Amino acid sequence: MTFIYPIGSNTAHPLPLSPDYKSSIKRAPNKPLIPMPHTLSELTGPVYGHETVREGDNDLTRQHAGEPLGERIIVHGHVRDEDGRGVPNSLVEIWQANSCGRYVHVRDQHPAPLDPNFTGAGRTVSDASGYYRFVTIKPGAYPWGNHHNAWRPAHIHLSVFGYSFVTRLVTQMYFPNDPLFPFDPIFNSVPDEKARARMVSSFDLENTQPEWALCYRFDIVLRGKDATPMENH
Amino acid sequence: MQDSVKPDGITPSQTVGPFFKYGLTPTGEYAWNDAFTNSTLTPDVSGDRIRIEGRVFDGDGVAVPDAMLEIWQADVQGRFADPQDKRALPNASFRGFARCGTDKDGNYSFETIKPGAVPDPAGKPQAPHILVAVFARGMLRHLYTRIYFNDEAGNAADPVLALVPADRRATLTAVREASKPVYRLDLYLQGDNETVFFDV
Ligand SMILES: [Fe+2]
Repeated sequence: MTFIYPIGSNTAHPLPLSPDYKSSIKRAPNKPLIPMPHTLSELTGPVYGHETVREGDNDLTRQHAGEPLGERIIVHGHVRDEDGRGVPNSLVEIWQANSCGRYVHVRDQHPAPLDPNFTGAGRTVSDASGYYRFVTIKPGAYPWGNHHNAWRPAHIHLSVFGYSFVTRLVTQMYFPNDPLFPFDPIFNSVPDEKARARMVSSFDLENTQPEWALCYRFDIVLRGKDATPMENH
Repeated sequence: MQDSVKPDGITPSQTVGPFFKYGLTPTGEYAWNDAFTNSTLTPDVSGDRIRIEGRVFDGDGVAVPDAMLEIWQADVQGRFADPQDKRALPNASFRGFARCGTDKDGNYSFETIKPGAVPDPAGKPQAPHILVAVFARGMLRHLYTRIYFNDEAGNAADPVLALVPADRRATLTAVREASKPVYRLDLYLQGDNETVFFDV
């Protein structure tokens, strides 16, 4: 069977069923996925570029009358394919909690304050080299009901399109050295330690802006056509 | 990381979580722009306009109120709005993509057109179909399925449906209502009626 995007790349993903993450128990298929060759339907994908993004959508600190509270940060990096090539003109969407760990979503019940100057949503398009950049505030950790005293490590949710419908990626970017990593079943649903490390941004002193904002670098790696991934080991 | 360094693998998937709506599918409820809606329709689009609707259920048969479906499809001539489809015509503003979050009862719907036939890798026509990516809280990676249409004779010869056990093909086949161009298909993430998901 011909897969234009080698299917072995997907072994980096979590298995659908990861029992420590309770919500996965009733929402993971029991039956095996059915392999199928990539047809034109899978090899093409939605093309959304600059017309989708408004001026300032990549600066989450400037979407309201005042500045949000919290630690201002820059998050930047490249969207690449697995072969190391930059993926140009790719839409990157982010959403996140505020600095107190509270989402504006109406169903978030965490008793931490909302910030009238922070929505927590952003969009940008990678440039010709695959580079993207956001300005935001560092999200707080927040509690959730998965198990006793469960807290999510601070994270930014990301959505990326890439070249085709099968390179679509939704993930979460974490911050380096978070003490909550060993206790988070979502982070640890990724079986391979090296793959988990690819979800953690790195502190970027070189691009930290003096007197203004810390910088974190996060490269997003999508499936590539020529990838020859290692088998699981 | 240097620009020239080959990554040691892809960025793993993580769940879309329960709180994606204000960012990905705000539909006017949040202070954010609706870059995407549940419609692919444009004023000049050609083809038969249809609605596809249904519900999303978990393994207990309970409605999933925090799922997101994305669709990707060809136009009425079977061409994709992507320059990688070398046959693509620079004709319409049709883009073939839409996004819908489920409501509290697990309902989703899409306003779109019936796609044309797309060739398989051997050049044989596939039956008209729409690709679906399914995201939800509790789903650590999104899963891919397809929507076919019960009134298409080409289903019998479709090379992808042929890979699916006959008794599971109904989970991929939307059923047209008698009186209007509305197709229904419920998705089951798990269980006896589990939707067929593809390993792509
Ligand atoms: Fe989150």
